[in-house]
Amino acid sequence: MDTATRLDLYRTMMLIRTYEEAILREYHADKKPVFDIGAGAIPGEMHLSAGQEPVAAGVCAHLTSSDAVTATHRPHHFAIAHGVDMHRMTAEIFGRVDGLGKGRGGHMHLFDPDVHFSCSGIIAEGYPPALGQAMAFQRRGTDAVAVAVTGEGAANQGAFHESLNLAALWKLPVVFVIEDNEWGISVPRSASTCVTSNADRAAGYGIPGTRVEDNSVEAVHHAASEAVARARAGDGPSLLEVHTLRLWGHFEGDPQAYRHDLDGVPGRDPLPTYEQKLRDEGLLDEAAVKSVAADASERVEDAITFARRSPLPDPKEARDLVFA
Amino acid sequence: MSLTGAADASHASASTTTRKLSTSKAMVEAVAAEMERDRDVFVMGEDVGAYGGIFSSTTGLLDRFGPQRVVDTPISESAFIGAAIGAAVEGMRPIAELMFVDFFGVCMDQIYNHMAKIHYESGGNVRVPMVLTTAVGGGYSDGAQHSQCLWGTFAHLPGMKVVAPSNPADAKGLMTSAIRDDNPVVYMFHKGIMGLPWMAKNPRSVGPVPEEDHEVPIGKAAIARPGTDVTIATLSLSVHHALDVADELAGDDIDCEVVDLRSLVPLDTDTILESVGRTGRLLVVDEDYRSFGVSGEIIARVAEHDPGMLSAPPVRVAVPDVPIPYARGLEDAVLPTSERIRTAVFGVMGR
Repeated sequence: MDTATRLDLYRTMMLIRTYEEAILREYHADKKPVFDIGAGAIPGEMHLSAGQEPVAAGVCAHLTSSDAVTATHRPHHFAIAHGVDMHRMTAEIFGRVDGLGKGRGGHMHLFDPDVHFSCSGIIAEGYPPALGQAMAFQRRGTDAVAVAVTGEGAANQGAFHESLNLAALWKLPVVFVIEDNEWGISVPRSASTCVTSNADRAAGYGIPGTRVEDNSVEAVHHAASEAVARARAGDGPSLLEVHTLRLWGHFEGDPQAYRHDLDGVPGRDPLPTYEQKLRDEGLLDEAAVKSVAADASERVEDAITFARRSPLPDPKEARDLVFA
Repeated sequence: MSLTGAADASHASASTTTRKLSTSKAMVEAVAAEMERDRDVFVMGEDVGAYGGIFSSTTGLLDRFGPQRVVDTPISESAFIGAAIGAAVEGMRPIAELMFVDFFGVCMDQIYNHMAKIHYESGGNVRVPMVLTTAVGGGYSDGAQHSQCLWGTFAHLPGMKVVAPSNPADAKGLMTSAIRDDNPVVYMFHKGIMGLPWMAKNPRSVGPVPEEDHEVPIGKAAIARPGTDVTIATLSLSVHHALDVADELAGDDIDCEVVDLRSLVPLDTDTILESVGRTGRLLVVDEDYRSFGVSGEIIARVAEHDPGMLSAPPVRVAVPDVPIPYARGLEDAVLPTSERIRTAVFGVMGR
């Protein structure tokens, strides 16, 4: 892998982490001293993606704005890596009129048609629409692909299996991505899933399945390269599972009392791990790290400023936009 | 249904020519015309290809347009209805068929959480121009899982238009409008109106249909039969029964007005209010379940507007809140049959 690509992956991961840390700060800023989920400038459930940056960075490095991504209830990392407008995404998270959904969607319902990005708050149900986007690309004779993302818990849902069968049957240009962060809220994968690797399930649909074990962005990049190329070439879908890490809670406010693995979590954080690797190989130094961090911070704070300055929607307009 | 058909024909143009078609043929004619007109229109569902739709909703389309545009799917309703949503998001105009509406339980998330909500959640930036066709209704002993109407359930959930034609001309016109609409439209066709050769013959399932381009506006009810004594507001197959009863009761000096709702979302409240304003009496006939549904909604809209419009308490004939039974006599006891409608008309007339 060339140096420019490796540094790009690092920059994307840094941008995502910077974003999630800023949202974390903004989310909790006005929920003190008593946490009230419905209060504050960012109300509602908040599912942050810290620790899962390698999946989004590694997969989306192969995509252009013509390709589609359907993400999950935990969508920020894929949105950022796929080039969703950060200003409007942030405004949506703040529920403002300049948001992607004019304040109707929220952080689990981000739609940016300019880059064919969407997400769904319902487990596994982002897979079926990706099939249709892939159908449209195929029928129009483009080489665009659709990337459908879920967590490992979704691999036990019916929509997941229906989608793999249909995509394989019709040789649709889809890459199915499973982020195995080991936890379905509080239920460990050992208590939910009958196979040790969901990639094994690909065999049941006659498609390639790969599992990346170590949350390494370069390993994800490599595996996704093959899956995306296969889809673009018209050879059909692939399944890619990444053993990743939920660095924080399922949602903000999750006490994680069930989480027996918490002590080991900081040592598994993929961002410092990758940074150290690049330093060790002489590709990054302290000045470069600071520069990447400063660039990320500037972009993120710009977006937050934009969001905060955007007006709140007029309650009188709550009934608008149900129909086109 | 000659009245509605003639009225629609006159809407289309002064020189409209019609010929008699069954409801299923009229519906297919609209789909075929839109497929000719727009390359982005395609059909997918279970048995829509060589079979032509279990209820003849796609007869002949495969031969005419080929397997790329008339696509048989696996029995995977979540996957293929979701695929229709994704294709629509990308600007295509898919028609997806849910074979029986009773099957919505296996795919409702795609329908009500995705198809119906994406436009709103996206702040109007993403449109979902698709048609979900589905067969509804009972009367032929298909039991509790293959005989329901359930349109009240769909109409209850925001974000999808809901139409249910009662006759061939409207079947064509509403299908044309549904395909051209930029919103998701649930198109619910009653098996009993399709004119199927393997069900009891229904003379009202064949009627005049305009030959050329024909749109029936979504959200506009039709006065299927004008009258002065009582408004019978109803839809789909029950329109046929209401018209039969109205014809019969004319001999008893009861002049029934039959309002064919045609669309539930949007609901043409104005036409209902205008009719009830003239008759002062309201009977709602609905083949869906009685509680929390269409019949209650229509009566509520009249009461909210002006309860003084009603000179007698409103009456409803609907399926009582039981699963649809199998045995013929049991099923007939719960469906809104002509006999139940006749009794209800006498009741609301105080006879």
